[in-house]
Amino acid sequence: MNFIKKNISAMHLDVLKEIGNIGAGHAATALSTLLNKKIDMTIPDVRVVSFEEMMDMAGGSENVVAGVFLRIEGDAPGSMFFVLPLKQAETFIRALPGCIVFKAEETPYSELALSALQELGNILSGSYLSSLSDFTNLSLFPSVPMLSIDMAGAIIGTGLLEISQVSDYAIVIDTALNEESQSDGDSVKGHFFLLPDPESFQIIFKALGVLDHG
Amino acid sequence: MDKLLETVKVGIADMNIVKTPNLIRTSGLGSCVGVVVFDLSFGIAGLAHVMLPDSSLAKGAAFNSAKYADTAIRELVSCMSKNGARSSCLKAKIAGGAQMFQFSSGSDLMRIGPRNVEAVKKELAILKIAILAEDVGGNSGRTIEFNPKTGKLNIRTVNKGEFVI
Repeated sequence: MNFIKKNISAMHLDVLKEIGNIGAGHAATALSTLLNKKIDMTIPDVRVVSFEEMMDMAGGSENVVAGVFLRIEGDAPGSMFFVLPLKQAETFIRALPGCIVFKAEETPYSELALSALQELGNILSGSYLSSLSDFTNLSLFPSVPMLSIDMAGAIIGTGLLEISQVSDYAIVIDTALNEESQSDGDSVKGHFFLLPDPESFQIIFKALGVLDHG
Repeated sequence: MDKLLETVKVGIADMNIVKTPNLIRTSGLGSCVGVVVFDLSFGIAGLAHVMLPDSSLAKGAAFNSAKYADTAIRELVSCMSKNGARSSCLKAKIAGGAQMFQFSSGSDLMRIGPRNVEAVKKELAILKIAILAEDVGGNSGRTIEFNPKTGKLNIRTVNKGEFVI
């Protein structure tokens, strides 16, 4: 936890919150255009969490989710997840034009459904990242997003590898997107997790002019 | 059997030990490897949820020995010896080390699953602990539960169902 305690002040957390706000805001707009529906987003939650708590944020390590994972490359490397509970992945695919068959209980899933989910992750994370890149003036580009439908613990564990070499804690920027005016079970509700690599924090803070340790 | 059956949960980059009749489990193993070391005659088992292959990868000041294959297994074995297990009778079962995402460009970290498995096997060989069964690799997450009384390791996956090794 050392590097986090030493280097991160309340103001820094606010800056990270703004990053989550801008990124997820753009992603919400993209999702709204895609589904032709109103999309709500939560106020970003920036937290310093243990790995175990991070799993809990995604609904527990055994919870089955559709997770799109990509590496951020460029000036400030990091990992990014878009995590969608399986039930909601189903709702999302049903909301798409065309009749793709996808049922949470029926494996193996159709190629087309998986491809649609991957594309969803691609569009959302792409808009998140490009707005972040504009905002910070850093060159950030995504790797090809990968999709996996599996236990949240297994998926998120992969994204924690970088950070696990340095610390037992991660700084998570979490924003949830919801379809407006729907009951919880029926709406598309996904979580963005942004996990900058440990050495990227200084680069981000520097780019935004808040490097001074408060 | 006056004691209540209890399941000890082990989190990511964590370890613990258990005695009969209790069970020990860890959930959501992806590229991580679950290492179970046990002494059946004594009804004691230890489980470590290993995240990285080698403690030389550690860059930070804070050090968590349960995170790395080499240090976790050593620590687990010494902890079990303190609790009565005889090191000559120790056996192991391992599961995990999947590759959750297939990256074409792949940095070394993306192939961490197989590397974790390799490191775990190497460390067990050094300590002369035989691996009785394993379910490693592939690309699905696993939840494992071990019963130190029967020596059975129950493995649950999302896509391939549940089985025992």
